[in-house]
This record gives sequence, structure tokens and C-alpha cells, in this order.
Amino acid sequence: MNWTSNEMMVVAAARRLAGERVCFVGIGPPNLACSLAQRTVEPNLELVYESGAVGARPARLPISIGDPCLVSGARAVTSQFDLFSFYLQGGRVDVAFLGAAQIDRRGSINTTVIGPYERPKVRLPGSGGACEIALDAAKVFVIVPQSARSFVSRLDFVTSPGHVPGRAAAGGGPDTVVTQLGVYRFVDGEMTLVSLHPGATLEQVRAGCGWEPAVADDLAETPPPTDEELTILRALDPDRVYLG
Amino acid sequence: MSKVVSMSEAVGRLVADGDTVAIEGFTHLICHAAGHEIIRRGRRNLTLCRLTPDVVADQMVAAGVVARLVFSWLGNPGVGSLHAIRRRIESADPEPLEIEEYSHFGMVGRYTAGAARLPFFPLRSYAHSDLPAANPRIVPIASPYGDDTVYAVPPLNPDVAIVHTQRAGADGDAQVWGLLGCQKEAAFAARRVIVVCEEVVPEAVIRSDPNRTLIPGTIVDAVVEAPGGCHPSFVQGYYDRDNRFYLDWDAISRDPALLEAWLDEWVYGLADHAEYRARLGADRWAALAPGEAWSQPVNYGSYG
Repeated sequence: MNWTSNEMMVVAAARRLAGERVCFVGIGPPNLACSLAQRTVEPNLELVYESGAVGARPARLPISIGDPCLVSGARAVTSQFDLFSFYLQGGRVDVAFLGAAQIDRRGSINTTVIGPYERPKVRLPGSGGACEIALDAAKVFVIVPQSARSFVSRLDFVTSPGHVPGRAAAGGGPDTVVTQLGVYRFVDGEMTLVSLHPGATLEQVRAGCGWEPAVADDLAETPPPTDEELTILRALDPDRVYLG
Repeated sequence: MSKVVSMSEAVGRLVADGDTVAIEGFTHLICHAAGHEIIRRGRRNLTLCRLTPDVVADQMVAAGVVARLVFSWLGNPGVGSLHAIRRRIESADPEPLEIEEYSHFGMVGRYTAGAARLPFFPLRSYAHSDLPAANPRIVPIASPYGDDTVYAVPPLNPDVAIVHTQRAGADGDAQVWGLLGCQKEAAFAARRVIVVCEEVVPEAVIRSDPNRTLIPGTIVDAVVEAPGGCHPSFVQGYYDRDNRFYLDWDAISRDPALLEAWLDEWVYGLADHAEYRARLGADRWAALAPGEAWSQPVNYGSYG
């Protein structure tokens, strides 16, 4: 089957969830990745949503972080106080997803403003729960479309810290960054390309990066999406709301 | 004693110009009906507190009701931007909008400190982020019991909290199921509380299931029955999110003239929320009706 780079991105993220248990989910591609993982590499994945749904079993593709389908049939529903205090800060979340408007080589993320804070060129949504997710989740996965505009040498604002010097909390910065071009992990705190998706080139990676990206010596090629992965994924998002 | 009043009376009596107003509800139970009444009554210079200012906040800001926004995530959830708010922040168009920004946990912590009469709430968020630089009220503090550093956020005590619930007794006992957000914390932190509900039910219904009471009537000042009052947001078990509205809002809020026309048609041009509900039409409401999924009853036991 033919596939798109967006589908490859979600499939690559889903595969990284093998062996994980409690996952803090976001709407959109992260939700697709988690649902795909539940049907392939990790049937026991527990979905926890910022809105307070714990062990959700959504019967449809959620259209917002607080979709009622996350509640019906869930394991539990908690207040946001319980969710942020006991589940997230308390260390009960194994892996969490973050998105990014801008990300730098240390995996720090900006979702607050483009331009100066006081008079921004573009006012973005802000932290939401991202700042605490970045600091409190045992492991953070980032899904972000890569371009020279999103992979920048200097963030306009640090909303969610990455592998910054002196940092002590939880996971210490993102574990994995997945884009439409490849998979990155962190080596001594530096974002490093470890796998290139089939069809993508190192030239594309360099063009879509505001610094000279580190590339692993044993750079791999991501195995392409299987027919099974694609069939499940497309059934999860039949209107291609997030797959594009 | 019944506290049941009209929305007009509740807002007229309990929301004043210059007040700090919390309208909470995390994607679920967002009381648009109250926001519209505040606009209709021409309130000014409000500080609006909400983790997630969304469509109703955009409407209130566009209508000139809000001078200051206290928040943690700003957007049209699942769709994109709130353009009226962005115009105010990015270009002071038509005037500046003051903002005070936290993360979700920071906002929840602020209500919690406010509700518990504490001088601050400590949390592990904000280390190495630029949020404390953007908002000097987020402050690092040393643990008195070791070398740990946490961040403090100040208590938030709104003048008024407005909370929408599935059902309430006439005295204000408010029962909620589904996503709970931080409405309990916001209500206990507030000086005055307005409970808006889908239906007012007899006290016996409330007392048959006390675990479901999120907010006790003892802290409630007014009860308003406003079925459908969260549209286009949703109420678990009553109606689904009207996603078409959220999508439509993107184009409306991009164009100040369209937005003004929308406010004229759907807020200023209507006497109350019952007219809004009727104007949406039976077909639109029917399309939002969920199927049924009842919980199993529990036995509380009878003693004595």
C-alpha cells in the first residue's frame, strides 16, 4: 500500500509505545498513535487525558481533549487537581506526548508566542498542561511536523524545558522526537537523528532544521508502514482529520 | 429555601462591573448561557478567569466585557485560534488586553489555594521555563525541609464563580458526572457562586446519591435552570459538542464585522437563553443527542 509522510510519522510514534503502560495522550496525531499502538504493539496501553479521563476507551475519534467519548466506559474520571497532583506530578505517568510550534536541539519546546512575549507576532495557545508534562512525566515523546520554522536554533519562548543543563526533574527532557522525516533521540542532551523514514533524505532533514543536526553513526531506515498498520490507522481517522 | 432565579436576575444581582469572574468547565460544562447574559447586560472591565478561554471567552472579549484574562491555554479546541482575543493581544485592536498566564496545574493550584485559604500553592512545574519571567507572580521557593525547590503560585479568589452542572436542587446542591475540571476548587475559592443546571431536581434526588454532589448548596447564592446552556460545548449524557459551531466560529471570529453581526443575532437580539435554544432549532438539538449508557445503581444502605 502507498502511504503518506504523516502516516509514517504516526506509525513510527505508535511503534515507540511498545512496552509502555500509562500514557498521557493529546488530541490529534498522538491520539492516533496511541490507538494504533493499542491495536498493534501494546494492547495494554492505558490512555490518560489531561481532562481527567483515566483508562479511556473512546468509541470514536475524540475531537477535543475532553470529548464525552473519553468518559463513557473509562476506568476512572478524576478532577484536574487529582490528575495533575497524583497522576502526573506523583509519577504515575510512564510516557506523555507533546506537540510543538518550535523545538530546539535540546528538545525544549515553545507553544506560547512567536516574537516577543509582550507584543507577539503570533499568539499561540500557551502551556496548557505541557510545562508540567515536560517536567513530571517519566518519558516524553514529541510529535512535530519538521521544518526550518519549527526546528529552530533559538526558541522565542521556552514553554516546556528539554535537556537543559542543571535539570533534575523526572525524565530530564524528551526521549524521542518523531517527525514526517525521521526519528530523533537524545545523545548527551543533543537531538540526534537515529532513523530516517523511507523516501526521506538527509538533505531534507538539514533543510528542515535551523542548526546542523547530529546524525547517529548507525543511522537506520525506519521500516515502512505495514498494510496492517495502515488499515487500522485509516479506520481510526476515516475522514483524515489528522492524517491530512 | 429556593435559590432558583432567572439568569438575568442571577447575573444582574451577582456579577458587577470590575468583578473577577471564573467561568470554569474543561471542554465539558462550559456555561455559554451565562457568558451571553453578561454580554447582554453590558458588564465592563471584568477579569475573566478560565484555564481554557475558548469560544465564549472570545465572544466576551469581542463584546468589550473583559479587560483582563487569567488563563493557561488559549484557543478554539480542536480547531485553532480565537481571533478576537489574538487581535487584542497581538495588535491592541481595538484596545489592549491584559493577560496573566499560568499552566493548567498552576491555575488549578491557584483555585485550590484560594479555596483552602492558603497564601500560595506549591508545584514542581515551571523550572527552566520562561513562564516565571513572563509572569512575576510565579516564584521559586525553597523547601523548608530540604534542598528541594518548588514554584509558588498565588491564591485565586474570584468575586464570582459560575458553574454549570447536570442537575441541582433548588437550594444549590450541584451534581456532576463526567469530566469534573476544577469547578469544585473554583466554587469554594469564590465569594459568590452561581450554579447553572440542565434541570432543577427535587431534594430527594440529590440525597439519594450524595457522592455525586460536587458543590453543596451551603456555598451557593443562586441556581439557574438553563437547559442547553452549554451549547456548543457539551453536557455528558445530555448533548454532544456541536463541532460545526466550533468550525464556523473560526471564520466568524476572523472578521470583526461578522463577529459583531453574530453577537447582534445570537446575543443582543435575543431576550434570554431559551430564545437561543429555540433559534438553534429542534433538528440541531436532535443531532446532538447521545445514546444511552446508564451506570449501575449502588446501595447506600438504610440505617435506623
